Amino acid sequence: MSNSVINWYKYASPATFYPLAGRLIPWFSGLSVLLIAWGLWIGLFVAPTDAQQSEGYRIIFVHVPASWLSMFIYCVMAFWSALGLAFNTRLSGMLTAALAPTGALFAFLSLWTGALWGKPMWGAWWVWDARLTSQLILFFLYLGFIALQSAIDDPRRADRAGALLALVGVVNIPIIYFSVQWWNTLHQGASVSLTKAPSMAHIMLEGMLIMALGFWSYAIAVVLTRVRCIILERELTNEWVKRNAVD
Amino acid sequence: MRRDLVLATRHKSEWLTALFFFVMVTNLLPLGVGPEVSLLRKIAPGVLWIGALLSTLLGLQRLFSSDHGDGTLEQMALSPVPLAWLVAGKMVTHWLVCGLPVVLMAPLLGLQFDLPARSLGILVLSLLLGTPILSAVGALGAALTLGLRGGGALLSLLILPLYIPALIFGAGAVEADLSGISPQGHLSLLGALLVLSVFFSPWVTSLALRIALE
Repeated sequence: MSNSVINWYKYASPATFYPLAGRLIPWFSGLSVLLIAWGLWIGLFVAPTDAQQSEGYRIIFVHVPASWLSMFIYCVMAFWSALGLAFNTRLSGMLTAALAPTGALFAFLSLWTGALWGKPMWGAWWVWDARLTSQLILFFLYLGFIALQSAIDDPRRADRAGALLALVGVVNIPIIYFSVQWWNTLHQGASVSLTKAPSMAHIMLEGMLIMALGFWSYAIAVVLTRVRCIILERELTNEWVKRNAVD
Repeated sequence: MRRDLVLATRHKSEWLTALFFFVMVTNLLPLGVGPEVSLLRKIAPGVLWIGALLSTLLGLQRLFSSDHGDGTLEQMALSPVPLAWLVAGKMVTHWLVCGLPVVLMAPLLGLQFDLPARSLGILVLSLLLGTPILSAVGALGAALTLGLRGGGALLSLLILPLYIPALIFGAGAVEADLSGISPQGHLSLLGALLVLSVFFSPWVTSLALRIALE
């Protein structure tokens, strides 16, 4: 018992986390390439043509995983922010800062693929419906977080101010997630849910989940790489960095 | 809070700027889109709400900065009174200075957009519920960006996304009334937002101030 507790705290220090992240990165990048290739293959060649939306629906294999991740990454950011504010750990702030650009990328991807999908299906690139608008707000929240972090010179203050902002913004996540149920909007209802059988063909679901896992490993790999850079930047004067920088 | 009010009344320019900004913005729009009555009536709720939103932004930057500059804020943080209370006082002052004049001015401007009398009442009610939300959420942004370079632009980037729900429900209430639907639902949601933001904001803002003061 006590052993596992010690292990948890061990990797909370940047000095021990840095090599761990370095060892994990190749695994996750390899995994992401494999999974995304597999998912795309299922999505583009194996999955059958949809009865209503014909071939156009295939963008779902990018759109849905990207939207999931954009929301999930924000929740992860809020989690680390809360942890950072509560325990005053350095690493959690760095992780939050590393997560934000990836989250913004996925939010943008989700909006962009959504626009590409909306054009043939609804006849418009953009409609002002609840889900699209709240996803756009999420994108703005990411941008605001990044802007706030980069405007503050003192990294500790930047971390804590950003953490507070991330926690306030997390209110938006359930709004996005449930917006298709709360409001009667143009955006189609959720295709996948935990409680009932999915309303789509099995192979489509499989492709989508594989894509989501691929995006996850991509996000993990990129975030770990970025957090390594941030650790190096901030801990430049520390002894272990000087020892490590040689190899 | 009384001290802030006195300071604000001494500097007439501060609250007059916000008010005139509101008047100017809402009056520029008809000049831009043309004086067609049916169109104006349609865009009126949105225009008036956006005007109110932008004019409250004006005063926000000065909410803490002068006190931060001369060290009063640090005194407040050290005082035995909880900082959240003092922050709440500052929010109320900001609302009295920037929000209330806008609310009082709104029906007059609504007349320019040819809103019927009942919708004017709803407009005032929605602004009355909505502008305190703007002050409360804005104070958080002001505290987060306190003493930063480019604080003003950053403040609007942080705060405007958080204003969107208030804007949607506030303008939505007037629009609903215009098209003959009951604005009850929008107003209730706006009231819920008000209660939430007024309850949590002083506390979160005082946390943000302590981070800024370190």
